[in-house]
Amino acid sequence: MLGTIVFVSLRSIKRHALRSLLTMLGIVIGVAAVVTMVTLGRATTAAVTDQIASLGSNILQVSPGSGSGRGGGSAPRQFDNADITAIAEQVSGVKAVAPLTTTSATAIYEGANWSTRITGSTNQYFAIQPWPLEQGRLFNAQEESAGKSVCLIGTTVRDEVFRAVDPMGKRFRVGDVSCDVIGVLSTKGQGGFGNDQDDIVIMPVKTVQRRFLGSTDIHTIVIGIDDSFSTEAVKTTLTNVLRARRHLSEGEDEDFNIFDTKQITDTVTETTGMLTAIVAAIAAISLVVGGIGIMNIMLVSVTERTREIGIRLAIGAIAGEVLMQFLVEAVVLSCIGGLLGLALAQLVIALAIPLMGLPWVFDLPINVAAFLISGAIGIVFGYFPARRAANLNPIDALRYE
Amino acid sequence: MAAPAPLISLRHVTKVFGSGDTAFRALKGVDFDVAPGEFVAIMGPSGSGKSTMMNILGCLDVASSGEYLFRGHHVEALERDQRALLRRRYLGFVFQGFNLLARTSALENVELPLLYRGDDRKLRRERAMAALEKVGLAAWSDHTPGELSGGQQQRVAIARAIVSSPDVLLADEPTGNLDSQRSVEIMELLSDLNADGITVMMVTHEPDMAEFARRIVHFKDGLIDREETGHVRRSRENRAIAAGGAG
Repeated sequence: MLGTIVFVSLRSIKRHALRSLLTMLGIVIGVAAVVTMVTLGRATTAAVTDQIASLGSNILQVSPGSGSGRGGGSAPRQFDNADITAIAEQVSGVKAVAPLTTTSATAIYEGANWSTRITGSTNQYFAIQPWPLEQGRLFNAQEESAGKSVCLIGTTVRDEVFRAVDPMGKRFRVGDVSCDVIGVLSTKGQGGFGNDQDDIVIMPVKTVQRRFLGSTDIHTIVIGIDDSFSTEAVKTTLTNVLRARRHLSEGEDEDFNIFDTKQITDTVTETTGMLTAIVAAIAAISLVVGGIGIMNIMLVSVTERTREIGIRLAIGAIAGEVLMQFLVEAVVLSCIGGLLGLALAQLVIALAIPLMGLPWVFDLPINVAAFLISGAIGIVFGYFPARRAANLNPIDALRYE
Repeated sequence: MAAPAPLISLRHVTKVFGSGDTAFRALKGVDFDVAPGEFVAIMGPSGSGKSTMMNILGCLDVASSGEYLFRGHHVEALERDQRALLRRRYLGFVFQGFNLLARTSALENVELPLLYRGDDRKLRRERAMAALEKVGLAAWSDHTPGELSGGQQQRVAIARAIVSSPDVLLADEPTGNLDSQRSVEIMELLSDLNADGITVMMVTHEPDMAEFARRIVHFKDGLIDREETGHVRRSRENRAIAAGGAG
């Protein structure tokens, strides 16, 4: 019997194709909105997590400045080279420690002209964060200690500045500095926030300090922790060492921050998760509006088809069958709407993901849930019109003009 | 010869619409019997109760008081859905306004009652085609009502009414929307169906059409005023005899 009713409903939907399409539009948009929002939220989280994972696991990042923002308006005190040495010597469990000093400059080679990021560090950096070389070699000890003008370049810089020329051993200008290319780093791709990680020139930290900054500042300290030590223990020792070096008295707030990668991941995941939930909730409202749209059109449809209902009742349809017919119609409409919505969402996601520089994700649970909810909406909002149809008096319905 | 047991039997049937001062007594105690195979025409002026009578006979409405026995069932005691099942099994309806589903082919329209009986697709198709054959529209099975003339639409409606092989065909002014030529054709079709054994009950206000019935019942002020016998019975056999006589 249900088969017959589904058959009757499908026939009826086919007969009113345009109206059916308009009826389901609300559901299509609602489902597409929810699925798109949730999926893009997940993709953002995945991207950030990926990027943090690409920093490597068990890594601490120390940067100057107080976390709370208190401590007056004075600029945060930077670290210097002595801090690096102290950490390496005094903190147990540190596998490697590397300074990071960043600035930007224009790279020029034979008329090519490219603004890029300059990072000063040491070979230790590559021990903490694996980044294989495509060509060439890392810095040697003499280059590091003397602050020689040598550099490793990312593939974007190679492509933009050197174009077809093999950059190995070439000398080019970075800002006011002439610099020899000793290696090319392999392509890393886009970072989690859409930044190009390959748009980089890495020089020995002393070179950057001396030739670009004119100071011994270190902007960030990156620390790799030995796997046999706990992150928390290393963090505590590190804090004590840095507090002593910065002459902080007991009870005084720290004027530096230590982030571990896990902590960053958690914070970011939590934040994007919350934002996703809020946006999805707003999108869910459009689903409810879509449901009301279905009810509205179904009511119009029942009125418009009063005569048809009269005929069906006269030839022997029982009330339950008429109710089921309209209910199934509403559910089929909302389910088709749900499917179209899922398809639309995939389309929007496929367009948005490369634009936003996010990784492709497919969130099966949200797709299934959105589809089931669209079906449920059909039942909830289809019931009232269906009951109205079923309760019509056949004599009045047949006379209805 | 013994009269066959009545198919339909009404005893003191009344129908009151509204209540109190505004109450309108559409039927005031009707006694009425129909035997299987009869062709009955119900006539009468507007407000005489003939449409109310048809609705009660068709189990679409229930009497306010009195008894209605259909094939021995007390219809007045049945629930709404039970009456629907009675209509599904034993009754076929033809309306003045045809009442076909728009944008739906003639075949699908005729199949409709079979859908509710739960017949499978193949059986539905066969029976619907057979019914269309009977009304002479087999060639028009895939046309929608919009593509058919009034007479053809009414034939489709008749096919729909007979497709489930009902005992009784109820026709409410079946020729009301048709010109006289089409009307005669429809009446001849009904006569033929009657000759094949189906009981036909028809409301009409056209005396010419009532003449096709064997029995003409006149309603007046909610009661049966008088009955008469139809003068012409133009079934297939009679037409053949008439044609033979002329030849």
